[in-house]
Amino acid sequence: MPGERVKNIPESTTKVPLKSWIKGRLTEESELYEEATILTATKRKVVGTVKEVNPAYKHTFGEFVPEILKMREKILEEMWGDTDE
Amino acid sequence: MSSYNIKDLERRKQEIIRKSVGLDYSDYETDGIAFDYNKMMETAGYDYNRVQAIQVDSKVGNTPLIELKNISDYARKFSEPGYGARIFLKDEANNLSGSFKARRAAISIAKAKEMGYEGVIAATSGNYGAAVAALAAKNGLKCIIVQECFDSNNLAQPEILEKARACESFGAEVIQLSVGPELFYVFLELLDKTGYFNASLYSPYGIMGIETLGVEIARELKEKEGKFPEVVICTNAGGGNLTGTARGLRRAGAKNTLVYGASVNLQGLHMASDDDFNRKSFTTGHTGFGIPFSVNPDRSDVPRSAARPLRYIDKYFTVNQGSVFFITEALTVLEGLERGPAGNTSLAAAFKLAQTMKDDQIIVVQETEYTGAGKHHQPQLSFARKNNIELLFGNPKDEIPGKNIIFPSSAKDLDVEEIDLDRLRKSYLRRFVDQSLNDHEIEYLSEELKVNQDKINQLLKEAKNERAK
Repeated sequence: MPGERVKNIPESTTKVPLKSWIKGRLTEESELYEEATILTATKRKVVGTVKEVNPAYKHTFGEFVPEILKMREKILEEMWGDTDE
Repeated sequence: MSSYNIKDLERRKQEIIRKSVGLDYSDYETDGIAFDYNKMMETAGYDYNRVQAIQVDSKVGNTPLIELKNISDYARKFSEPGYGARIFLKDEANNLSGSFKARRAAISIAKAKEMGYEGVIAATSGNYGAAVAALAAKNGLKCIIVQECFDSNNLAQPEILEKARACESFGAEVIQLSVGPELFYVFLELLDKTGYFNASLYSPYGIMGIETLGVEIARELKEKEGKFPEVVICTNAGGGNLTGTARGLRRAGAKNTLVYGASVNLQGLHMASDDDFNRKSFTTGHTGFGIPFSVNPDRSDVPRSAARPLRYIDKYFTVNQGSVFFITEALTVLEGLERGPAGNTSLAAAFKLAQTMKDDQIIVVQETEYTGAGKHHQPQLSFARKNNIELLFGNPKDEIPGKNIIFPSSAKDLDVEEIDLDRLRKSYLRRFVDQSLNDHEIEYLSEELKVNQDKINQLLKEAKNERAK
């Protein structure tokens, strides 16, 4: 909890709680946002709040970054010369 | 985690670590502040041939050493005639799990298995997690990886999410935490409750595993080019990469090869700050680890870290984030090698340093890492922009970490800054300035900081005076 964080760390950290996310199978049926027990990949039992069902990997290659294209063109031009002509 | 639990764990820390590493570090303590580093490295683990055999068996090591002919030519366009060293790259992405970290994990896992542990735990948000998970899978051991992953708004670094995915694909349990040093206590509590092996990055096993990397570089160049390289440059974070590589080079007889370190400059960003966590575009290979772990190696998760970079480093450079992304793009479009940005930190530095070396000299960049969704310059820069970091072209030296990323307008503007090693040495010595140190302790410090004993006494004096100011 915010008041219980270790000492000598920035205020932006001490004013927020430490959170922990762990995946596993529910040991019995439960509702979203309710307290439940899960069995993790190493068969540990962990109690917590259900936040997501079947969580997906959502990281991607992100949005297009035009600056990368600009770097690429600069590198190719400096290395091989301007090949437009 | 309650404050009561933290106090209890702090009290039992030594005992938990001893049980989980299978090493009694008190065996290596000698006198006062000193301990016998060489004895620990020589007796705590395996001999070199065994390390090599374990790695061959684990599909680790013997990665290709490639001459980056186009990148070397590109650097020569900005150097004086006769200058512009040949840049070689050790393509460590070819290891099982995609990075040099597999070298470390292979030895730790072999030890855990030999000692009969049921599982292993590692605290890491980096490639080491995937390495431990992959090798645990291969050896039939259970595995838990503890990551610092999110800020308090549940926003995660894409690079760390990718590493979590990799760990889970190998069957590991991944515990993802929000920002904060309490991670260490979560880790200790897990070790205590599960009785698993602590696959620390900083145990002697972890560092021995990297010695093969230095040996391979030295032997291969000696065979093909008839000489050892003039310089080997290592991306530096926790110090193990540099320490192990340097030890390996020495083992192979490359005593005159200079060992340089390079880190991404993240000056001004606090590593334990919830606000700063997602304002950086590198989660490793940066000064936020590189400097504190150099000046206080024993801040790690074992009492005496085997990663002690100031024992080996000859020069230490920083590069800005924009330059590392620039060189990552250059590596892709000039060499056809798509690799993860963080591993290219030392390549960015090598590009500039090669320009100051003769054209028949050799500089070896000793790692690469795999790339993929989340862990690639495109998602990392896209993420930076979402976090209101400005993406600009200009002079890389004007970059302000956490505010902007400045790509060099031309490769000729890509530059390095050298860190004054004496400043780091003084920082290391600061905690000893009020103690009276005996001859043996001074000798120990001389080995720790790679300077003679007179110099240690002089630096101690300077550190004391500077503190008084």
